[in-house]
Amino acid sequence: MTPVQAIIAKELRGYFVSPIVYVVGAVFLFIFGLLSYLYVGFAGAQAIQLMQMQQGGMAQINLNDLVFRNLFASMRIVLVIILPILTMRLFAEERKLRTFEFLMTSPIRIHEIVIGKFVSVFLIYLGLVGLTVLVPTVLMLFSDFDWNPIWTGYAGMVLLGALFLSVGLFASALTENQIVAAFVSFGLLLTIWLIAGLGSLFGDTTAGRVISYVSYMEHYERLVRGLIDTSDLLYFGSGLALMLFLTHRIVESTRWK
Amino acid sequence: MIDVHNITKRYGHHTAIDRVTFSVAKGEVLAFLGPNGAGKTTTMRILTCFMPATEGTARVAGFDCADQPLEVKRQIGYLPETPPVYQELTVAEYLTFVGRLRGITGPKLSSALDQSIGRLELGSVRHRLIGNLSRGYRQRVGLAQALLHDPPVLILDEPTVGLDPKQIIEIRELIKSLAGSHSVILSTHILPEATAVCQRVVIINQGRIVAEDTPEQLSARLRQSEKVSITLKACPADCEMKLRAIPGVLNVFPGQAGGSFLLECELGRDLRDEIARVAVLSLWGLLELRTVSMTLEDVFLQLTRHEDHLFEPPEAAVSMVTAEKTEA
Repeated sequence: MTPVQAIIAKELRGYFVSPIVYVVGAVFLFIFGLLSYLYVGFAGAQAIQLMQMQQGGMAQINLNDLVFRNLFASMRIVLVIILPILTMRLFAEERKLRTFEFLMTSPIRIHEIVIGKFVSVFLIYLGLVGLTVLVPTVLMLFSDFDWNPIWTGYAGMVLLGALFLSVGLFASALTENQIVAAFVSFGLLLTIWLIAGLGSLFGDTTAGRVISYVSYMEHYERLVRGLIDTSDLLYFGSGLALMLFLTHRIVESTRWK
Repeated sequence: MIDVHNITKRYGHHTAIDRVTFSVAKGEVLAFLGPNGAGKTTTMRILTCFMPATEGTARVAGFDCADQPLEVKRQIGYLPETPPVYQELTVAEYLTFVGRLRGITGPKLSSALDQSIGRLELGSVRHRLIGNLSRGYRQRVGLAQALLHDPPVLILDEPTVGLDPKQIIEIRELIKSLAGSHSVILSTHILPEATAVCQRVVIINQGRIVAEDTPEQLSARLRQSEKVSITLKACPADCEMKLRAIPGVLNVFPGQAGGSFLLECELGRDLRDEIARVAVLSLWGLLELRTVSMTLEDVFLQLTRHEDHLFEPPEAAVSMVTAEKTEA
């Protein structure tokens, strides 16, 4: 077992011993289920209206548009609120309990610590997202829809989540207080969200496009609509790399204080 | 094994340690002694590559702490001030994690685990969560962590804090048994500990090394007089005068209990037989007679107090002088 694997194993163990994963997981799954139920309900109401207008004919409703697109779009705000809770302990707790000094004096490199911690929380997130596949699976039994935009929607959720987790990891490295870490990452995520609004103020100018590009909104929306664009993949990949790099710098710099 | 040369660490304007130089030979146990906030932990953190020094060089087993931190870290077992334990892991899980971080795997890991658990008598708590263990056990788990990979250099920051007297003795015995094959630096402010386990003592105060020697020589060097304590059954009024009259006795201080005195004698003279003769001939009823040697505690207090005196602001002295002049 390599040092990175050892860190991943230890972090996973830490998550499952503490109540965090159970609470966050329960809330995440409950909200996902509730939103699915609501959107399916709305879609049903619309179908009934359509049938009344067409007087008896079977209405074709598009679950992809009415349920899944809305569902994935709504999950953005859920992730903004929930993921900082998952990441807040990663470095803050080590610093509070003075195990940080132990990690830093172990013969491992800082990037191994950062990657180990990121991978552990990302695996937990993947597990939670994986459980939600139950919703489209169940819906498949009763209706017919296109799985492709659902898979891209899931890809979007995984990429967006990875980005959020790296922002949370960064915030956790800044402080030894977990609450502060959660609020800082919450604030950062909302700010990056609102940058999209700032971009739209500038309209369809170069400045507007550049500013909007910084926000995750348009990149996520395209994936939810079923579009796979390399520029969006590049956005998530480089955003993740940047946040992990910044985390590395912060962890490194705590040695100098 | 450890070479520290002119290390300085500044935090902004505050100088935590100031041109500290010392070395530790292979197999030697060195005590780092000093009041709280003297710079012991800072020095240890520099040696373990947790933080870099502002100036100066530190080398461990031939590797430079600034340039080859990974190599240095491999050579060191480190116990920080607070035992670095994860409460959510059991003792065995924690030590396994530590071993894996150090790249020990497979059968080697399990034998290292058994050895360090055995050494620190942690067998009975092997499968218990560290969060549920007492302070003393956590300290021992921290020590087991430092010893796990059998490092040539051990750096222990107050290793006996939080242990009960029996455990303290056991840990001291353990550290003594490590001498010879391991180089050990331990910090402490418990002075008998330094005398008990270390061959050499470095006293540090306000970031500077104020003394470095064996415990015995340190006390010898700072002793300005021989001290003898006597206790008498009967002491007439003239006994203090008679004691003072013994040639070689510099001063006599009456003790707290009636009939006990502390005699200051000339350096290098043992006046016990002379004092005994006077006491017996005068029929004072000699109950006790012993030399008082200077303990490391006295040395320590003397040195650290001395430093305080040195750091007295010169302006105060100058203003006193000018005040006297104006009065005249």
